[in-house]
Amino acid sequence: MKRLATAMAYAIVLAFGTQAAWAQTLNAIKDRGQLICGANGTLAGFGLPDPQGNWTGFDVDFCRAIAAAIFNDPSKIKFVPLTAKDRFTALQSGEVDVLSRNTTWTLSRDTSLGLDFAAVTYYDGQGFMVRKSLKVTSALELNDAAVCVQQGTTTELNLADYFRANHMGLKTVTFATGDEALKAYESGRCDTYTTDSSGLYGERLKLAEPAEHLVLPEIISKEPLSPAVRHGDSQWTDIVRWTHFAMVDAEELGVSKANVDEKTKSDDPETRRMLGAEGQYGEALGLTNDWVYRIIKHVGNYGEVFERNVGQGSPLKIVRGLNALWTKGGLQYGPPFR
Amino acid sequence: MTDEARRAPRRTRRLGGVAIQIGLVVLVAALAYGAILNAAQNLARAHIASGFGFWNNTAGFDISQTLISYSASTSTFGRAFWVGLLNTLLVAAIGIVLATVLGFIVGIARLSHNWLVARLASGYVELIRNVPLLLQILFWYHAVLQSLPKLRDSIALPGGGILNNRGLFLPRPLFAPGFAVVIGAALLGIVAMLLLRWWARRRQAQTGAQVRVLWPALGLVCGLPLAAFALTGFPLGFEIPDLGRFNVRGGLEVLPEFAALLIALSVYTAAFIAEVVRAGILAVPRGQVEAAQALGLRARSTLRLVVVPQAMRVIVPPLTGQYLNLIKNSSLAVAIAYPDLVQVFAGSVLNITGQAVEVIAITMAVYLAISLFTSSLMNLYGRATMVVER
Repeated sequence: MKRLATAMAYAIVLAFGTQAAWAQTLNAIKDRGQLICGANGTLAGFGLPDPQGNWTGFDVDFCRAIAAAIFNDPSKIKFVPLTAKDRFTALQSGEVDVLSRNTTWTLSRDTSLGLDFAAVTYYDGQGFMVRKSLKVTSALELNDAAVCVQQGTTTELNLADYFRANHMGLKTVTFATGDEALKAYESGRCDTYTTDSSGLYGERLKLAEPAEHLVLPEIISKEPLSPAVRHGDSQWTDIVRWTHFAMVDAEELGVSKANVDEKTKSDDPETRRMLGAEGQYGEALGLTNDWVYRIIKHVGNYGEVFERNVGQGSPLKIVRGLNALWTKGGLQYGPPFR
Repeated sequence: MTDEARRAPRRTRRLGGVAIQIGLVVLVAALAYGAILNAAQNLARAHIASGFGFWNNTAGFDISQTLISYSASTSTFGRAFWVGLLNTLLVAAIGIVLATVLGFIVGIARLSHNWLVARLASGYVELIRNVPLLLQILFWYHAVLQSLPKLRDSIALPGGGILNNRGLFLPRPLFAPGFAVVIGAALLGIVAMLLLRWWARRRQAQTGAQVRVLWPALGLVCGLPLAAFALTGFPLGFEIPDLGRFNVRGGLEVLPEFAALLIALSVYTAAFIAEVVRAGILAVPRGQVEAAQALGLRARSTLRLVVVPQAMRVIVPPLTGQYLNLIKNSSLAVAIAYPDLVQVFAGSVLNITGQAVEVIAITMAVYLAISLFTSSLMNLYGRATMVVER
């Protein structure tokens, strides 16, 4: 219902207003004094407010990094919880400045939704969770299973493709939110729950007995998760994109929250350029030259954010895998600061 | 002043009124046109796809309940729209029938002289209409239907049905070719019954003698198809559902999402209809009943010939409102995964295509059309039962 209201309000703006061409996102944020970030409000490890209202998660920290780069204060931020269904409308209509909500980068989303994807912050893939008592060890044994799935996701589409490609029958039960789908799975309405495998680990923690459930080994799709911004504001897209690259490069150069102060005195030219000791790279983006220093100081580098939220420092215990640095066999690779 | 002269300014005034109305219509049309044009420009500037080209693209997602054939791999978004629309119409149509029956029973029960019956009925009305419908839908879905036994412990119903928290599975009738004869016989029986009734009415009007037609009529309506069924060698089989490894296979499936929505909508709307019915009956003046009794009509005839026809005139307009509410409330299906129009079209289709403006506009237009159609049907009925002044 909320999404319907957003969509209608958006329709009214489209019909009677003149939509600004979204050129001045950064100025608007500075004037407002805070960044508005569209996040997942229900996914442990990625975006979830605790009972005190403090948001935590991998996607949440990414937004904090942007706020730190702009304001030198990661708390100058407002999080808007979005469901998979309302997220694009919320971004299109200007309700949020950036959408950092485990969103898969696809061609059609990139071209027809009026938005741009900044950079792949997390390489993911779709998986399945089942009860151990079902004695299923592979997704290929799920012929005729009932599957609970969240609406408005690439998951919903991959699911139909995968079962068809493997000549299996399928009973889809589609819910508006991930929480509803998970609840239905837990009550026995479905045999399996499917979403991105990172999400499965997070969602499993919400079940009454996480140990009774098993994530199957098959990964049935490519899900490059990326923050998204509105199309047409290259400066803002660059800031969001380079926030990610800066965090990856910082990890590669060994710059962390703990040692960032001494690293500003480093002799390594790339580190010096990145942290603003040399060159005018930050000002070229419309920020200050110490923008990366601010990010690392307040939020940390990519590896720190990963381990803290979803890796070994979290209950999810996800291994780096594809998300390790390229120097360690993964896919995370930041272009040079030059 | 002559009559002609007196009439002239009135005519000018009327012409002026027409001009104002035409002007207003032109203004509204221009505003709408401008809005559409402006929206199209804004969308183009924001690089958001627009237009209705998506209608024929492949949908790619599955739908749990489809009344027409639909497949994720080949069907289009347009097909998904029709699937969603039919699901909405299905739950609305059955819901209206159930809510009407239940509402009339409760409404009449509230007027009962039996203390317990009247109190039960008013308790029902007060309880149901004061709890938000969304909560009731969630209650029926999560608290009632999801607490049914799981698949492994399914309840076997007599006659081959299966009940569990995945739904109710009934034997699916399989019609052999000869079954058309049975349907033909049933239609023939109904026509014959109508003819019989018409003949009996005419005879009563002419001679005053009442003919008992109940038993012959029943014989015609039930006996004819039964006889045809036997003569054609029972051309009807059943596909009995059976438990597979994961799910029930075969049979006729009633989804728990559908059942929860249907029960909640019917029970909720029935509480309002009960009040409408009670008001309608109380609106018939006491004198009407007394007059009927004075004429020697029995209680049943009084109700059927005097009270109900007059009560209906009061009941129909607010009843229409309740029907429209039920249709619109069916969009709360989104809360429990019933694939109605809003869930499928304004949900999955909107999200995959990203074309919020077009999809929401179509959805609103469809609800408007369904509601206008329903209310015009009810208006027709209302006009047919209007007092004819002689």
